[in-house]
Amino acid sequence: MTDALKRPPKKDPQKRTNSPTLPPYARSRKAIAFTLAAAEGRFALQVCAECEHVTYPAREVCPKCWSMELEWRDIPDGGKLISETTLRTSVNSYFRERMPWRIGTIQLDAGPTVLAHIHGDVGEFERVRMIARTDKSGQGVMLALPEKETPNMADDRQLRALTCNPKYRRALVTDGRTELGQRMVKALADAGATRIFVGIAEKWRPYEGSEALEAIPGVEIMPLDITDTISVNELAAEMGDKADILINTAEYVRPGSVMQRHGVTLARDEMETNYFGLMRLIQAFGPGMKARGADGDNSACAWVNLLSVYSLSNWPVYGTTSASQAAALSLSQCLRGEFAGSGVKVINVLFGPLEESWRQPLPPPKVTPQRLADTVIHALTQGIENVTLGPVAEDVVRRYKEDPFVLERELTQINQGM
Amino acid sequence: MNETNALQALAGALTSGSIVTVDLTHTLDPDFPVIVLPPEFGQCARFRVEEVSRYDERGPAWYWRNFTCSEHTGTHFDAPIHWISGKDLPDAAVDSIPADAFVRPVCVIDCSQESADDEDFLLTPEFIVAWEQTHGVIPEGSWVLMRTDWSKRSGAEYLNMRDDGAHTPGPTGDAVKLLVEERKIIGFGTETVGTDAGQATHLSPPYPAHYLLHGAGKYGLQCLANLDELPPTGAILVCPPLKIKNGSGSPLRVLALVDRSAA
Repeated sequence: MTDALKRPPKKDPQKRTNSPTLPPYARSRKAIAFTLAAAEGRFALQVCAECEHVTYPAREVCPKCWSMELEWRDIPDGGKLISETTLRTSVNSYFRERMPWRIGTIQLDAGPTVLAHIHGDVGEFERVRMIARTDKSGQGVMLALPEKETPNMADDRQLRALTCNPKYRRALVTDGRTELGQRMVKALADAGATRIFVGIAEKWRPYEGSEALEAIPGVEIMPLDITDTISVNELAAEMGDKADILINTAEYVRPGSVMQRHGVTLARDEMETNYFGLMRLIQAFGPGMKARGADGDNSACAWVNLLSVYSLSNWPVYGTTSASQAAALSLSQCLRGEFAGSGVKVINVLFGPLEESWRQPLPPPKVTPQRLADTVIHALTQGIENVTLGPVAEDVVRRYKEDPFVLERELTQINQGM
Repeated sequence: MNETNALQALAGALTSGSIVTVDLTHTLDPDFPVIVLPPEFGQCARFRVEEVSRYDERGPAWYWRNFTCSEHTGTHFDAPIHWISGKDLPDAAVDSIPADAFVRPVCVIDCSQESADDEDFLLTPEFIVAWEQTHGVIPEGSWVLMRTDWSKRSGAEYLNMRDDGAHTPGPTGDAVKLLVEERKIIGFGTETVGTDAGQATHLSPPYPAHYLLHGAGKYGLQCLANLDELPPTGAILVCPPLKIKNGSGSPLRVLALVDRSAA
């Protein structure tokens, strides 16, 4: 069994913070599809459309029948460890710093034998459950887990290197005024976060749930208004070095298309929160988090953006809000580029209509704030970067992957709620 | 010095310190409360600043910023066209109001004890008349300020917002009518976030200070501070708003000239 992770000691102020080093990151263009699946928490390999042969590593043609019709498909995650070794030396700085490190060969039930990282609780010749996740380089890798849950399984350091587990980490939730923010804080506390900084804008306005929020263990209420650059910078100066996980729960949502808007005042408010707010947070907290990607067991590890699925394609019923969310999605992609190589993951959750006041007239199915909070915790503990939540979002993402231009036509045709 | 020249006398008093300048203005601070309307209405923009440069690569030797806010953010002036009742009046925007309105005598009605006892305190005609029995009838063309010491409150205590709305003092419609129609004041000011009481939506007419003052071409001042440093009568108010084309109001610096030798 895995030794339970101990609460990290207070940082020695005389010691330099380790710079992030990286596992190998070179991948072929074909193999990026594996990384995408890993970012979504899926275990996918190439399957030949003609002979059904599963192949690994990524190839241009099927090694069995020479067909070029190789498709990335989710495949069964079962397998068996057939050989293993423990690395005690390496020329790669990332692994050198983390010795010893287990790797092994797994015979997949789906066919191929693969080289993978091995969880500490997997014994020789045992059955395993494979996961694919992005590593500190942001590239997809495989890890063999014990087939059944073991004590303290999540604390395994090779697994923890692939996840953003909130246990013993410190988090910033940017807006605690809403039910979503408050559910998020509670979920983080339940997941073992030691300190949860909760941004509250405009304390001169009372808000529902404030007493219960303040009573959650580890919560520290902080003044934060992401529409105010000074406020964001002041908070970063105060606790930015303790933001291991940042979850941006602030959103500004209003129904209405462009012609239903009278002027640009509301649209500016949308941009101030959804776009410029995110930008202010990135400028204030990004550099510190990027520098702390290898800072021990409570390193900076995740930046979580909660985005409406209509950030992918405009839904005119919430037309200008969709546009601001599209801007936020684009900025999150820029952030992913800026965090590349830091070991800090950008987790984007694309959700369907949320059960909250500004989306009140929309019909079910909706995503409850609790579900969204639980989903974020799941993504963190699993190390998943791209999440789609709720039937509406799943449908939109499926259609987006099929053809974004067809989706655009569908969302903008007559009787789409306008 | 020729004491017959009023301005020369004033200049002498200002430099000698017998007349002092009192600042009645709150600092424009991003976190200073603004009026909160039901969420489906447009909202009052908060005060915000963004740096353009600060002795850095954006401008090596200079520091300057852009600021944004509403015409009704912070200590601010209300022009008659702010309200529908004043929308068709002539010279009713901040850029067209005759400048003499911005330098006028001021009367300060002390309601601080009453407001401490009752956060929904309403200033009535009877209260004004009783004040006049001590301090004299309010002179025509004066500003009248309602002192509540509300500016000493901070945080949630300032708007005093509850589930049924804000609870802050203000005038009744009849009090505003008395000031406008009989005393012929030029404007009315408060320490609270608006010239009206927190619960003024439930008065008749709703928001009587806004409706009646601006309908009669009078002006408003709100979010004032330091009214406790003013005498009941005898001070001069200086309150020029920014000259915004067709502006409904403006943040501004409000000053009062107070003769200390008369105190």
